[in-house]
Amino acid sequence: MPPAESASAWNFETDSTLIRVLAQNARALPDCVAMREKNKGIWKQTTWQELLDIVLCCAAGLEGLDFKAGDVMLVLGDNRPRLYAGMLAAGAINGYAMPAFPDATLDEIRHFVHEAGARFALAEDQEQVDKILDLREQGATIEHIIYDDPRGLAAYANPGLISWDALQAKGAELLARNPNLQNELIARAQPEGPAVFVHSSGSTGKPKGVVLSHRNLLAGVRNAYLGGAFQFGESILAYLPIAWVGDFAVTMGAGMALHFTINIPERQETVLQNLREIAPTFYLAAPRSWDNLLTTIQVRMEDSSWLKKRVYDFFMASAISAEKRKLEGSQPTIKQRVLNWFGEWLVYRPIKDQFGLTRLRGAFTGGEAMGEDTFVFYRALGIKLRQLYGQTETSAYNAIQGLEEVRLHTVGRPLPGVDLRISDAGEILIRSGSVFSGYFKQDEATRESLEDGWLHTGDAGYLEPDGHLVVLGRLSDVVHTAKGERYIPNYIENRLKFSPYIKDAAVLGSGRDALSAIICIDKEAVGLWAELRGISYISYADLSQKPQVIALIAAAVKHVNSALPDGLQLRKFVCLHKEFDADDGEITRTRKIRRNIVEERYKPIIDAIYGHQDTVMMKAKVGYESGEVGIIERTLSVQEA
Amino acid sequence: MTRGGDRLLVAGESAGPVIECRSVERRFGGIVALNGIDMRIERGEIFGLVGPNGCGKTTLTNAITGFYPPQRGRILLNGRDITGLAPHYIATLGVARTFQNLALFNGMSVLDNILLGRHIHMKPSVARTALYWWLARSDETLNRAAVEDVIDFLQLEGVRDELVDGIPIGLKKRVELARALAAEPSFLILDEPMAGMNQEEKEYMARFILDARDERNVTVLLIEHHMDVITGICDRMLALNYGAMIGSGVPADVVADPRVVEAYIGGAHATR
Repeated sequence: MPPAESASAWNFETDSTLIRVLAQNARALPDCVAMREKNKGIWKQTTWQELLDIVLCCAAGLEGLDFKAGDVMLVLGDNRPRLYAGMLAAGAINGYAMPAFPDATLDEIRHFVHEAGARFALAEDQEQVDKILDLREQGATIEHIIYDDPRGLAAYANPGLISWDALQAKGAELLARNPNLQNELIARAQPEGPAVFVHSSGSTGKPKGVVLSHRNLLAGVRNAYLGGAFQFGESILAYLPIAWVGDFAVTMGAGMALHFTINIPERQETVLQNLREIAPTFYLAAPRSWDNLLTTIQVRMEDSSWLKKRVYDFFMASAISAEKRKLEGSQPTIKQRVLNWFGEWLVYRPIKDQFGLTRLRGAFTGGEAMGEDTFVFYRALGIKLRQLYGQTETSAYNAIQGLEEVRLHTVGRPLPGVDLRISDAGEILIRSGSVFSGYFKQDEATRESLEDGWLHTGDAGYLEPDGHLVVLGRLSDVVHTAKGERYIPNYIENRLKFSPYIKDAAVLGSGRDALSAIICIDKEAVGLWAELRGISYISYADLSQKPQVIALIAAAVKHVNSALPDGLQLRKFVCLHKEFDADDGEITRTRKIRRNIVEERYKPIIDAIYGHQDTVMMKAKVGYESGEVGIIERTLSVQEA
Repeated sequence: MTRGGDRLLVAGESAGPVIECRSVERRFGGIVALNGIDMRIERGEIFGLVGPNGCGKTTLTNAITGFYPPQRGRILLNGRDITGLAPHYIATLGVARTFQNLALFNGMSVLDNILLGRHIHMKPSVARTALYWWLARSDETLNRAAVEDVIDFLQLEGVRDELVDGIPIGLKKRVELARALAAEPSFLILDEPMAGMNQEEKEYMARFILDARDERNVTVLLIEHHMDVITGICDRMLALNYGAMIGSGVPADVVADPRVVEAYIGGAHATR
C-alpha cells in the first residue's frame, strides 16, 4: 500500500505538533479511516482528510469566539470524536485543552476550572452542560460552552451556549473567507506549545495540573514505538477516560503520529460488545479492566454446561502451568505443547473471539501493578499481555516489557530515549524528551519534582542487574510494621483483589504488630456464587456478612497469605458493608485507594481488629436520592484469617 | 421550559384538541365502568389521568384505542370521529400505547421488539418478500434507522441485542415506550409507565416523557399513581372515581380537591 509506506517513512520528527502530523496524515492517506464511531447502531467512518477539516473548522470557529493563545478549554464527557477534535483544535491555536473525568464531582471540576481560569468548555451533552452551567452560577469564568449532542438543549437560552454544528459552520465560513487561514492554522502551534492539560491522579494529595507539550507527547510516542509498544496503523478502541493521560498519549499522541484507526465505542456500557466488533490490534487497559474481563470470562464459564466447563478447566490448567514454567525461565513440556495446540482451537481461540481479542498484537496494562494470576491467565490464552510503566508527567511512557522478556515483578526495560536512574533514597528518576516542563501554576511542586531535568517520579524501585526495572510502589506508601517489616500495602491489596470475589481491599498495619485487611466483596461475582448455592440475600451489606461468604473470602485471604513472608501475612479481616466509592472519596476516579480517608472513616473497624473484638458496630451516613441524610447501623464480623 | 401550549404548530397538524371524549359511557353487564366522561387533550399536552384502582382509567384508554368501544358518547381524534373503529385501524391514525402489565415478546431481542412498533409503517406483500433486494430492502433500512433513532433517544444501546427476558423491569418499561415511539405516533397513551420503578428510574422516565413531547411532537395521556410525577410533568389532569369524573384541571388544583383526596387517601384525612 504505497500511501502507508510514504507515511511510515516519516522518521519521527518529534519537533512537530499534533496538528502538523494530522495534516501530514491527511496528505498521505486522505481516504484512509482515521476514526470510526458507532452511532445509531452503525459504525460510521471519518477519513484523515475529513478529520483534518473538522479540526480546522473547530479551530477557526474557536478563534471566531475570541479564543486566544493561552486560553483554557474544559472538556467534559465520554470519548467522542468531536471532543477529540476539539482538543486537537485547542492545541492547534496554542490553547490548553483540559479534559476532566465525566463523573468527577462538581467540586473537583470547580477546582480545576478556577485554577486554570478556563473561559471555554466543550461538553458532550446536556448532562455535562448542566454541570458547567452550575459551575457558572457558582462564579466560574466559563464564557462559552460548546456542546456536541444537542438533545434536550433546544430550550436552553443561557448566553454563550453554542452547538458544535454552529461552531463548525462558523469556522468553515471563516476558512472560506480567508484562504490562507488553513495553512496558517496548521503551522501556528509550536512543538513546545501545549498539546493537552491533564491532571495527575491525585492518589497522594490534590490532583496537580500537568501541561504536556506537543514535543513531550511525540517524544513519548517515539520512545514507545522504538521500544516496540506499537507499530504504524494499529487499530485501537478509544474507551479509556479522556482525562487520563494514557488515553491522550495513545489515542491522540500515537493515534496521530502513527496513523492509527481510532474506534470509538457507542457508549461506555457497550464497550465489551464494541471490543468484539472491532477486534483491536492494540489494547491498553488498567489492571482493573483486565481483572473485570477475567471475572466476566469466569462467570460465563460457571454458567455454561458441564462438558464445556470440564474442557475449559482442563486446557486452562495446562496452559497456565506451561506459562508459569516459562516465567520461571524453563520451557513448557512436550505434553503441554501438544495440549496447547489443541487448546488453542478448542478453548483459547473461541474465548478470544468472544471478546474481540484475536487480532491483538499489543496488549498492555498500566497504572498500577497487576495480580500474578490475571497476568498468567491472559498469557496462557495466548495474549501477550505486557506491563507498561509511565505517569502523567512523562506523557505516559517510561518502560515496557519486551514481548518475550516478561517477568512478573518487573515492568521491563526503560524505553529507548528514556534515561532512568535510582536516587539514593530509592526513588526512580527519569530524564527524557517526554518529561513535562512543570506543574501548572505550582512552582514549588515543580521545583520539588524537577531537578536538572530529572523528574522525581515519587515511585520507589530498583534496577535489576540485567536492566529490568522493578517498581515497588509509591515512595510515600512504603510503610513499616511495629516490628520494622517494610511493605507496600498496595502490593498486598493487588494480590487480594485478584480473587474474583474481592473488588477492593485496604491493608492495614502501619505501626501495628500484624497486618489485617478491610475487604469489599465483588457484588456480581459473590452474588452469582451465592445464587448458585441457594444463599438468599437482600443487599450488598447483607451478602457481605453471610457466614458462607466470609468463609469464601477467608479462603482467598489464606491463598494470598501462602505467598507472603511470615511477618507480612494478614491476621484478620473484615468484609465491609459497602463498596469503596469515588463519590465518597474512598478511591480516586482511577480507583486507587485513598488510604487516609479509609483509615479515618473506618476507624471503629480498625480499633475492633486491633482491640481483639469479634464484631464491630459501624454507623454510616447515607445520603438518599431525596436529599435526606440517614444513619444506618451495621454489625460487621471481625474474622481471623 | 417551554410548555406544550406555547408550541407552534407543525405543518400538517390541525388546530384543536388531539383527543376529545364526549360523554363516553362503557358498561360491562351491570357495572358502569365509565359514566359520561368528557375529556379534551390539547396538542402538545402531557395530560394526567389518575384515580384509585378500578376507577376506569384503563377502560378509558381501551375505549380510545378501540378495544372496548363505548356504548354511548363519541371519541374524536384530531377532530375525526373514531368511535367504534378497529384497534389496528386506530393505530394507523397515529395512536400508540404502552401497557400496564408489560406486553413484550420475551423470546425476542430488544431490537426486534422495538421493530414491531414499526409494523404500521411496513407494507408486507408476497412480491416484496420474494423480490426483497429490489423492493423491500430500502424500506427495511428506513425502518431500522427509525428504530435506531428511538434506541438512541431512550439510551437503550447497551441492551439492543439482549433478550427482553433478561433485562430489568425498569428497562422493559423503557423498551415498551420505545416500541410505542417507534410507531411515530402523534398521540401516546402511557399506562402506568413507572409502576415498580425506583426514584432514579422514575426520574429517567419522566425526562424521557418530557423529551418525547418536546422533540418528537407527541401528545401524551399519562396514567400514573405517583402523584409527584403527575404534578411534576403534567400540564393538566383528570381524576376518576367509580367511572365518574371527580376533578379536572391544573394538577395543583386537582390534587388539592377534597373529593380527589378522599378518593385516594380516605375520608378521615380529607376532613383534616
